Amino acid sequence: MLQIKNISKTFNPNSINEKRALNNLSLTLNDGDFVTIIGGNGAGKSTLLNAIAGTWFVDSGQIILDEVDVTNLAEHQRAKFLGRVFQDPMMGTAANMQIEENLALANRRGAKRGLSWQIKPEEKQHFIEMLKLLNLGLENRLTSKVGLLSGGQRQALTLLMATLQKPKLLLLDEHTAALDPKTAKIVLDLTEELIKKNSLTAFMVTHNMRDALKYGNRLIMMNEGKIILDVSGKEKEKLTINDLLELFNENGELNDSIVLS
Amino acid sequence: MLTFSSLLRALPGNVAQGMIWGIMALGLYVTYKILNFSDLTVDGSFSTGAAVGVMLIINGVPALLAVIIAFLVGCIAGLITGLLHTVLKIAPILSGILTQIALYSINLHILGNKANQAVNVNEYHLLLSLRDTNKSILVALLFAIALMLILYWFFGTELGSAIRATGSNEQMAKAQGININLMKVTALALSNGIVALGGALLAQYQGFADVSVGRGAIVIGLAAIIIGTVVVGANKKEHNFLLLLGSAVIGGVIYYIFIGIVLWLKLPTNDMKLFTAIIVAIFLSLPHLKIKKKEKKDATN
Repeated sequence: MLQIKNISKTFNPNSINEKRALNNLSLTLNDGDFVTIIGGNGAGKSTLLNAIAGTWFVDSGQIILDEVDVTNLAEHQRAKFLGRVFQDPMMGTAANMQIEENLALANRRGAKRGLSWQIKPEEKQHFIEMLKLLNLGLENRLTSKVGLLSGGQRQALTLLMATLQKPKLLLLDEHTAALDPKTAKIVLDLTEELIKKNSLTAFMVTHNMRDALKYGNRLIMMNEGKIILDVSGKEKEKLTINDLLELFNENGELNDSIVLS
Repeated sequence: MLTFSSLLRALPGNVAQGMIWGIMALGLYVTYKILNFSDLTVDGSFSTGAAVGVMLIINGVPALLAVIIAFLVGCIAGLITGLLHTVLKIAPILSGILTQIALYSINLHILGNKANQAVNVNEYHLLLSLRDTNKSILVALLFAIALMLILYWFFGTELGSAIRATGSNEQMAKAQGININLMKVTALALSNGIVALGGALLAQYQGFADVSVGRGAIVIGLAAIIIGTVVVGANKKEHNFLLLLGSAVIGGVIYYIFIGIVLWLKLPTNDMKLFTAIIVAIFLSLPHLKIKKKEKKDATN
């Protein structure tokens, strides 16, 4: 499904702020993998997701998505294959457009956009059905501007938009970090439900070790731009928070936000 | 003598002129409101439209065709600003300024190396002229309505909504597979096309094209948009897009009626641009000042 071969990325090369964010990293994802990624600040978790999404190009290495080499494709070209939800709930939706307009934009992800009307009548019914799954009452507010929604509502909508056209890979970049615990739980459960229902392959970056253990079938721990732990299946199920803490300690990468989570 | 009848006599002219500037404001609306891009190209492309329109008519091209060609040339001006910004990564405002400055020379060339060129309504068949203000108002109104309907349709299409998404949230647009650079260039071209069309109409109306007719166009356009939003009471509730476009045209008309009153009162017209700038600055800062006031109020509570 996804093959990452020896990718490296250095920010601000040859300067005092030089930062090797990804260090010769390789990783292969299988169809249907739901991978949670943990690691300290600056471990390279979000950088890995951005490398896949094409926010910038990697310095070296190769990224192959379902047999398509996307290494040199621009961000909007890769969007065809990817569903994305960002940490900032404001980031994934267009605030001054209506809910149904946002959904219509997402429904055309990767498709050619021409001069036909932005929303087809038959799409609306589909949108209403999908919005009902969120249980937020948004199905009655199709023409409301997204800017009027709360952070949690916007994140749920972004999630729906990311999966409306089944993506080859779903990228979740700490998408519940900015939400209150209760809303975070709702969005996480929704995430799991959508991934299961559409049998998606997904990457989920998280700061929360409990979530990393609870969700997904595979767990990756990163440190200094490298993968230092990669467990899946039964082995992951056996893993405990203490195991993870020990590993963090070994790598001298224990910070408050991780301990407190 | 300040007689009310002299004001009334001047009024139709102000309405016609205001409506033409309102058309220009429709173009500005595309970049300023929809794309969220402060495009200073318009000062240049408005003059370009005037110059192209007049020179074509002088050389025997029918007036309507001249206006359409002026639109296309304006599109090219916007295209260049778009490329400066998206390909060469020059900041939005600077990209517009560079094109605007370059257009000054180009406009002089178009005008046959003269600062202005006359097009006499007695010699050529023009769409509108200050000799016949009623007809001019009608023609300008028809252009305004046609453009409003086209813009309403266009921004309801898939392509148009992709441009709106780009203006609203670039990151979201990219994540939905939208080529934001292409959207920006498209919107800038469309915007400056409409602005140039406005310039071509104004040149016919006043009977000449002047190389500096577009000077300060962006501020007049902004004034029209802002006055328009005040008139329809924006920010209070959501408005239909067509009404918002119409408000920009109405804003242009109100602005020129205001100018008519200033002239009638024999106020110093040299200070007109100063007044305009102050009014636009006040209205642009109003939302910010309101927030500050509210914050202060919240803090004291």
